[in-house]
Amino acid sequence: MRQLEPGLPRHKREPGNVRLDRLAWPPVDGNASATEIVSIVTQTRGARNAAYFPNMRVSIILLAGAALALSGCASARPAPFRMGPEGARERARADSLRYPYTTADIDFMSGMIHHHAQAIQIAGWAPSHGASPAVIRLTERIINAQKDEIVLMSNWLSDRNQQVPEPNPAGMPMKTGGVEHIMPMPGMLTPEQLKQLDAASGPDFDRLFLTFMIQHHRGAVEMVRTLFSATGAGQDESVFKFASDVEVDQSTEIRRMLQMLIEIPTSSTERSQE
Amino acid sequence: MNGVHRRTRRIAGATAFVLAAGCAGSTPAPATIAPATDPRLDARVGLKAGLTDAGEAVSYLRVLAKAQSPEGFLGITNSDLAFTGNYVIQGNYNGPVIWDISNPAKPELVTAYTCPASQNDVSVFKNLMFMSAEANNGRIDCLPGGVADTVSAIRFRGVRVFDISDIKKPRLVANVQTCRGSHTHTVVESPRDPDNIYIYVSGSAGIRSPNELTGCVRDTPDQNPNSSLLRIEIIKVPLAHPEQSSVVNRADIFSGLTYTPSHHEAQEDRDAAAKAAAAARAAGGFTARIPASDEEIVIGGPFARMLLDSLVKARGGTGNPTAADSATLRTSAQDIVNRMFGSAPAPGSPISAGRQCHDITVYPSLGLAGGACEGHGLLLDISDPVNPIRLDAVADSNFAYWHSATFSNDGSKLLFSDEWGGGGAPKCRAGDKKEWGSDAIFSIVNRKLKFESYYKIPTIQTANENCVAHNGSLIPIPGRDVMVQAWYQGGISVFDWTDPANPHEIAFFDRGPVDSTRMAMGGSWSVYWYNGAIVSSEIARGLDVAELVPSPYISQNEIDAARSVHWTHLNAQGQPKIEWPPTFALARAYVDQLERKRCLSSNRISEVRAALSSAERAPGAQRSSQLSALAAQLDGDARNSCDAPKVELLRKAVKDLQAVVS
Repeated sequence: MRQLEPGLPRHKREPGNVRLDRLAWPPVDGNASATEIVSIVTQTRGARNAAYFPNMRVSIILLAGAALALSGCASARPAPFRMGPEGARERARADSLRYPYTTADIDFMSGMIHHHAQAIQIAGWAPSHGASPAVIRLTERIINAQKDEIVLMSNWLSDRNQQVPEPNPAGMPMKTGGVEHIMPMPGMLTPEQLKQLDAASGPDFDRLFLTFMIQHHRGAVEMVRTLFSATGAGQDESVFKFASDVEVDQSTEIRRMLQMLIEIPTSSTERSQE
Repeated sequence: MNGVHRRTRRIAGATAFVLAAGCAGSTPAPATIAPATDPRLDARVGLKAGLTDAGEAVSYLRVLAKAQSPEGFLGITNSDLAFTGNYVIQGNYNGPVIWDISNPAKPELVTAYTCPASQNDVSVFKNLMFMSAEANNGRIDCLPGGVADTVSAIRFRGVRVFDISDIKKPRLVANVQTCRGSHTHTVVESPRDPDNIYIYVSGSAGIRSPNELTGCVRDTPDQNPNSSLLRIEIIKVPLAHPEQSSVVNRADIFSGLTYTPSHHEAQEDRDAAAKAAAAARAAGGFTARIPASDEEIVIGGPFARMLLDSLVKARGGTGNPTAADSATLRTSAQDIVNRMFGSAPAPGSPISAGRQCHDITVYPSLGLAGGACEGHGLLLDISDPVNPIRLDAVADSNFAYWHSATFSNDGSKLLFSDEWGGGGAPKCRAGDKKEWGSDAIFSIVNRKLKFESYYKIPTIQTANENCVAHNGSLIPIPGRDVMVQAWYQGGISVFDWTDPANPHEIAFFDRGPVDSTRMAMGGSWSVYWYNGAIVSSEIARGLDVAELVPSPYISQNEIDAARSVHWTHLNAQGQPKIEWPPTFALARAYVDQLERKRCLSSNRISEVRAALSSAERAPGAQRSSQLSALAAQLDGDARNSCDAPKVELLRKAVKDLQAVVS
């Protein structure tokens, strides 16, 4: 799989006799320490999440019945435009006849709902956790954008008679061997990271929020890559456009957040203690 | 997979038959009203929904035609527009649709050519038409059905070249494949190279496998300097042999780009930042340079502490960092920052700041281009079209996605639009800030960009209407910068940005949502002025044509002067320099502007108008002497006017009229 963000130099000896690559990649489990935060910020992608899509089989879903129903309408005067979910379903069927969608598309559109749900959850903490104005503005935009995108994904699914998942900030509920569990999407914060973020305030919140949101966005970019590497996926125009938008929007935002992260000023109370 | 291919192709063929046009609705012509001062009271609020029978609000425009997309194309996204002669070429995800607008009130369908791909953005030059294909479902043979395989010889992503010598029968003559496909493209007419034209390819989707297209490199620039990211592919089209069109350069216009997350910084800001960094270093603080640029920043306390803690842990220690840890950080901070930004520290190596452009607007007669490049707005020197050079770059913390660019006619200003949310999201609701999903206007001073203001339509749209700044073009009102712009389901907006700090709306046309119950795609993708007509590509509905009507903001003379400008063809991304032929309307337009601005006494306004009328009626020699006398008087008027440059424009218009006579 190609890397979107550049990889780390391997086994490169850095000044000061510190192996920077050793800082880089201990998987983040439990409490994220400063070391691990550096690793989150510098990591390229979560290889540990590579197998999160259980159903990456290629099964083209063609709505043959719909094809028959539609092709019966041969009169020169077609049905007028219909509003509401029924009309939307008719148009989705027509779209799917032009370009069929696959399980990979469905997995992407449902998985990203949960992914977005968590971004909205933690972005909502900014005002109550003493975030800086710059971070608050960033979170307002994230909430605005991702709420709209959840609507878009939910509509796409329901228009295709697919189950619309209840947005779950913990991840995608699924069954393996009859056991129900929650599968976090790539880049999603662990329960411990969530706790750590919730306990922080002021510049600490800013730092953790940016760190974790960079991790979160990188996960979204990885989900796009996984989607497009599946045969037959992303042929649907709405999925292609949405997934491409997620990739460029979030990659652009990652770079914005990286610089914000570096430049967080020391708070006035800390400064007075120095 | 072959079986699936055959099956989908067959079914998709049938779909074109099924997706046919609905009946055209007839809506009573709404009254023209002035824009409201309070967005909540705006006439665009609360319009009835409907595809063909939506409510409408019109301000100082006359809607002449609402042509419905033809069968097989209605219901499939309409995209960008190009113009040649009396024809409008309208992109559609199912293929180009060509209309004859000889009579703007009655567009006639010339042809609808099936060649599905997205976005199918179109351009035109003489007998050639160009069309962008970006998504993974485009095919070299223009057939429907898509391409399911991840690597395939039949996939087409790039720019198609058609011969339209017979406009009724476009003929595909070349498929120029590119590494990221073509989201949009820009035709560059080079004044110095009449045998060729060039096409700048903008692509924002993923890079193709080298197994599908040789030479494509998916690695990032630091992994491989030949990365397909960070480049504009430049296609050369030999006009005598368009079938030989090919990629001749992959220009790197991003190298050394900085990460300024705010408005462009002035030199004094940069000096101040350098001073702050030096002071921080002297005081024992940590600094680093943003990769591949010379911008030095102070590493904030929290981040420095985080790095120090990491160093403690890395050496297996606990507790507070020691002086040795600080020393280590001092030497390694730069490497950490480099790795965070994913950039090799080698000088001149490109970084992933903006990875590619979304759209580039060229202004060949000035040798300039405005690049709307995802995270940045760029100003480029394109004197040599094959080797564009970056002159300046700006970023803006309110801008999500730099989408398109428009120069003022004199090249002193550049307007960028922000397609926040990708165009499919409703970003004009009450809670969506004015600075978000808007236009940002910059003045160009010494070939650098200086931020002036934002413009967003002063209305409130529903959550069911996708709405954000999109494509537009200048309206050739002399002496002013007036533009018409598409805002998707926010409709079309005409605004004046002559004063870059105070852009304001002067006319609009909007419909209610496509669907009253949910977000459904629709609205104006692009709207451009072409030879007197305002032509809009309505995503869900078809082609709209409108014209300006006189208002307190625009006089009939100004409209007449605008209509005197005639183009043989227009690609909005290739800005022509507007030149006004000498007409009485042009002179009167300037008089109207001086009156509006109260920069000539009402007495003189009357006298000048009378003199112009008299000259217009007078026979040749008398006309010439009358115009000559008027020009001499205007010389004196300029000295007493609060807008001397405008009086000078008027004087020149009068002199040019005289030259026509004699």
